[in-house]
Amino acid sequence: MSDNEGPAAAPPPPPSSPPPPPRSRLAGGWRAVASPLAAVLAAFVVGGIVVVAIGDDPIETYKLLLGSALSWPDGIGYTLFYATPLIFTGLAVAVAFRCGLFNIGAEGQLYIAAFATAWTGITFAGLSPWLLAPLACLAAVGSGAAWGALPGVLKARFGAHEVITTIMLNFVAVAMASYLTQYHFRKEGDPILETVPIGAGAHVARLGHFLPGFPERIPLNLSFFAALAACVLVYAFLWRTRWGYEIRATGESPLAAQYGGISTGRQIVLAMAVSGGLAGMVAINEVMGYRYRYYDGFSTGYGFTGIAVALLGRNHPVGVVLSALLFGVLLRGGLFVEIFTEHVSKDLVLVLEAVIILFVAAEALFRGGGLGLPRGQKARPGTPGTTL
Amino acid sequence: MLELRNVTKRFGAVLANDRVSLAVAPGTIHAIVGENGAGKSTAMRIAYGFYTPDQGEIVVEGKPVRMASPQDAIRLGIGMVHQHFMLVETMTAAENIVLGAEPGSALAFDLAGAEARIAELSREFSLAIDPAAPVERLSVGQRQRVELLKALYRRARVLILDEPTAVLTPQEVEGLFAILRRMRGQGKTVVIITHKLSEVMAISDRVTVMRDGRVVGNLETRATSAAELARLIVGRDVLLRVVKAPARPGATVLAVRGLRTVGVEGVEGVGGVGGGAGGDGARRLDGVSFTVRAGEIVGIAGVEGNGQTELIEALAGLIEPASLAGEIELEGKDLLRARGARGRREMGIAHVPEDRQRRGLVLAFDLAENSILGVHYRPPVTAGPGAVWLDRAAIGRRARQIIAEYDVRPPDPSLAARALSGGNQQKLIMGREMTLPPRLLLVAQPTRGVDIGGIEFIHRRLLALRDAGGAVLLVSAELEEVTALADRLLVMHQGRIAGEVDPARASQEEIGLLMTGGGGRAAPAAESGQRQEEAGQ
Amino acid sequence: MKLATLFLFSTIRLATPLLLAALGGLYSERAGVINIALEGLMLAGAFTAAVVTHAAHSPWAGLLAGIAAGIAIALVHALAAIRFKANQVVSGTAINLLFAGLPPLLSGALFRSAGATPQIPRGELLPLAPIVIAFLLVPLTWYVLYRTPFGLRLRAVGENPEAADTAGIAVARMRYVAVGLSGALAAVGGAYLSIGQSSLFTRNMTAGRGFIALAALIFGKWRPVETMLACLLFGFAEALSIQMQGVARLPVQFIQIIPYVLTIVVLAGFIGHSRAPSALGVPYQEKR
Repeated sequence: MSDNEGPAAAPPPPPSSPPPPPRSRLAGGWRAVASPLAAVLAAFVVGGIVVVAIGDDPIETYKLLLGSALSWPDGIGYTLFYATPLIFTGLAVAVAFRCGLFNIGAEGQLYIAAFATAWTGITFAGLSPWLLAPLACLAAVGSGAAWGALPGVLKARFGAHEVITTIMLNFVAVAMASYLTQYHFRKEGDPILETVPIGAGAHVARLGHFLPGFPERIPLNLSFFAALAACVLVYAFLWRTRWGYEIRATGESPLAAQYGGISTGRQIVLAMAVSGGLAGMVAINEVMGYRYRYYDGFSTGYGFTGIAVALLGRNHPVGVVLSALLFGVLLRGGLFVEIFTEHVSKDLVLVLEAVIILFVAAEALFRGGGLGLPRGQKARPGTPGTTL
Repeated sequence: MLELRNVTKRFGAVLANDRVSLAVAPGTIHAIVGENGAGKSTAMRIAYGFYTPDQGEIVVEGKPVRMASPQDAIRLGIGMVHQHFMLVETMTAAENIVLGAEPGSALAFDLAGAEARIAELSREFSLAIDPAAPVERLSVGQRQRVELLKALYRRARVLILDEPTAVLTPQEVEGLFAILRRMRGQGKTVVIITHKLSEVMAISDRVTVMRDGRVVGNLETRATSAAELARLIVGRDVLLRVVKAPARPGATVLAVRGLRTVGVEGVEGVGGVGGGAGGDGARRLDGVSFTVRAGEIVGIAGVEGNGQTELIEALAGLIEPASLAGEIELEGKDLLRARGARGRREMGIAHVPEDRQRRGLVLAFDLAENSILGVHYRPPVTAGPGAVWLDRAAIGRRARQIIAEYDVRPPDPSLAARALSGGNQQKLIMGREMTLPPRLLLVAQPTRGVDIGGIEFIHRRLLALRDAGGAVLLVSAELEEVTALADRLLVMHQGRIAGEVDPARASQEEIGLLMTGGGGRAAPAAESGQRQEEAGQ
Repeated sequence: MKLATLFLFSTIRLATPLLLAALGGLYSERAGVINIALEGLMLAGAFTAAVVTHAAHSPWAGLLAGIAAGIAIALVHALAAIRFKANQVVSGTAINLLFAGLPPLLSGALFRSAGATPQIPRGELLPLAPIVIAFLLVPLTWYVLYRTPFGLRLRAVGENPEAADTAGIAVARMRYVAVGLSGALAAVGGAYLSIGQSSLFTRNMTAGRGFIALAALIFGKWRPVETMLACLLFGFAEALSIQMQGVARLPVQFIQIIPYVLTIVVLAGFIGHSRAPSALGVPYQEKR
């Protein structure tokens, strides 16, 4: 900061100028919500145009989408069921973002975790539920964390950018799980590519089990509450522990983090491991709460939707829950749209997702931040190898 | 020739230029002086079309003009040499010079023709360069010549130079002034932005003084004096002066012997911090030896990019031990291999870095979070088993204490560090580092971009630390600052200590000579290091 | 000998879409805009080319339409990155997701199929032209980059946009042009997949090739000739993987992941030796 006010950095206020008024909490809160809302609305408009272009009525389509997703009990039950993995993957992407990392590998992480969980549930099927259920959960988190840490190590140690490595590892993960299922854990003669079922001790109870009047065929299960608990834990981790402090410092300013005695490489690995662990928790919902086996190709892109969830939720746990609910609605409603409209398929949801991400990304930096997106990860001389 | 009339420019809430009017006569050298942040650069960037003014007009050769971009200024015959050179490092000098005005056709530019014309200009103005050399291999002085040629190549009749001497040694400054006088002799008009009075008196025909975004004086240089200009610049009678008691040095705190960098790769963050650049050779450390004792301030002078940044970062633990050789000892304990930044802070080494926005602060964090950077992992700011939890109450207390003691404004711990002015950011860092408390304080460019009041405050604090028995290693590109504060002054050149002088007695010329590496009376680096070491014992 | 020739041709054929996308990425990234949207741009080109070829019975019309689509979509990315200073990786990811969804949505409506376009007859394919285009573009790109004012300015904008700006170059315009070019080239790469190598568009038919192209660009140090060599390496890996599927007794899953694993190895092993354009990924604010 010298006399030259560079065009990139606005000059600091001179000492004589009045300090900027502290933002009121209310105004700040509104601002945090306003632009994601605008992005969602804009995406619906764009989606509507697409619907018109392919020859359907957008109003009817959206009515169908929302109506089917918010009916009781099936609509809401399934919406929450679809929201559960999205909370996990949204948190996963958000934690990585806070460290300045873009984890596009949640998809691969949750595949590895789902297979590891199923493997645990099959191999130790005889154990008591009190042992097996925690063990299977541990397998979900641990395997996801390990698979997530891998691109972290590749980045911290070798400077390979996580965006490419995580995407490549997605292909590897899916292929590996598919191979193991096909050649080693498939039920004899089963036409579907899936493993044999896991032990009953690893089942997570469905909500219908407790809730009178809520049909047990709806797969919404206790992992939904685990997802909410994960939000609280992630919040505490990021903002109340020194580990979270170090991860956020690394994400916001690697140079300052090094200055503060923080090993940025270690934070990258840690953040990716936590991120992978969270993505891995999808397996608790999928394997332990829903299908009770590993089912090849089960994910409808939860890991990728997690990116939209995190961005729309401003990488904050509360925002993640809210936007996961929105995408839960879209996933549930998308199925109905596919069945009951003439032309529109559930791929409309992908389009909405993409447009939401685009608007959130373009809008946030346009208005000067608040997104918590890392700046300065790129092209900083002296930190070689993090470029795309 | 070039005139600004009532030009006003705002950046957000900041009024950078407030009804600025000034007129530059053709064939003269016109100086614009003022403190940091007075608005000099903004005014000239407006004259160069880089910023558009909110109000007011620009008049070139009697005609009001509208400039939407530097291209318009170039067309009007205005050229500018920015303080931070606007050069593409990976391209050659010739490519940089012709960039945007390439000779030849759109399908093939005429590099040979360009080089011929550059050679011609070089001769005409005595600006010798190698047109085929990549800019990243040129020294600072050579880069400046490339910038001058860039303007001349575009047939600039008015040349604006923004702080052209900041990166030069006193001898190089003389050379530059000779070139500027030659340009004036050839009918060019020169505008030079500076904050050094001696330069104004030496080179200019007329001078405009700016303060707080306003013009406070337009004077004939011959008809004014340095004292009058100084009064106009700061707006009061007294000049900035450091009052200090003689140092009472105690035992050796820091001993550095034969410190050098080995290899360039793996040096964390160095490239991103070094402001100036003097070619690859000067970026490294090449056998540095000296000591710092308790109760003294050791200053390091030198042209930026001669290893000062690397020295401070090596001492602060920000360069990997694998890239260093030699010895660093704090109170007899080996530092070089064992400890990183965290360990060094635990031993009492505090660090006020030169790049406060990228190194010293996490700009997105609030003041409270920034107030614990570096000690965030241990009590008293953490609690619980394994010191896992951040103790919000303790952090708040610490932040409020630093804010109060160091007069950080606005005094709101929940404000993002980004929202503070440069001076207040620096006070926050100073406060945080002083709270350690430090046995050894490493401080680089402590007052760069800081307002007058802040400078005085920071200087007093540094002296107070010294008088309380702290050891201070001070790097500053401001020769006046470093000579005023330091008890002993080392001069660095190309990664070596070129010599040591007594700051109270040494002349500018003597120091300048050491800065260029031509050490008339000074001993060679290694020996002088040896001598200091003995003196320290 | 015959086998070796076939294998060589197979390598070149498989390297072609990578090379086109990577050269596209080169223009964008040398100008300072990260283009992780290559995957989506390829899909845009592939889908549009297939649809238009099917409708117009002319692969050239299909190719041109694909190019137009690639440019249009690339400009959306450019607008977000340049005008709105979006995080370029995020906005690129949005484009990629968009083209995971849009083609199946549209083909579902147009052809009542879940993601695929109708088969195009053999006579209406372009099996060779894109290969020729791709490999001719290598020397051409080199020449443009290092011997024309446009190339000089492009590199300046990617290395030091402020310096370019003060030299009177319109930074934003250069970047729009560069990103637009990358859209055009990536789209040709995609079109080659749908109306050259194969004869229809299928869902996600690029299968990560956009990302592999990006890795090749990094491996190739953002230089045309080196990037071509990197693409040939990846093309070789893919050719190998295809050859092995018929011969080796390994499970198909292991053979399929060869190009992906190679990409990771290349990135981890060689990236330290590449120097990216200095201003890559950094939005430039013209403050006027």
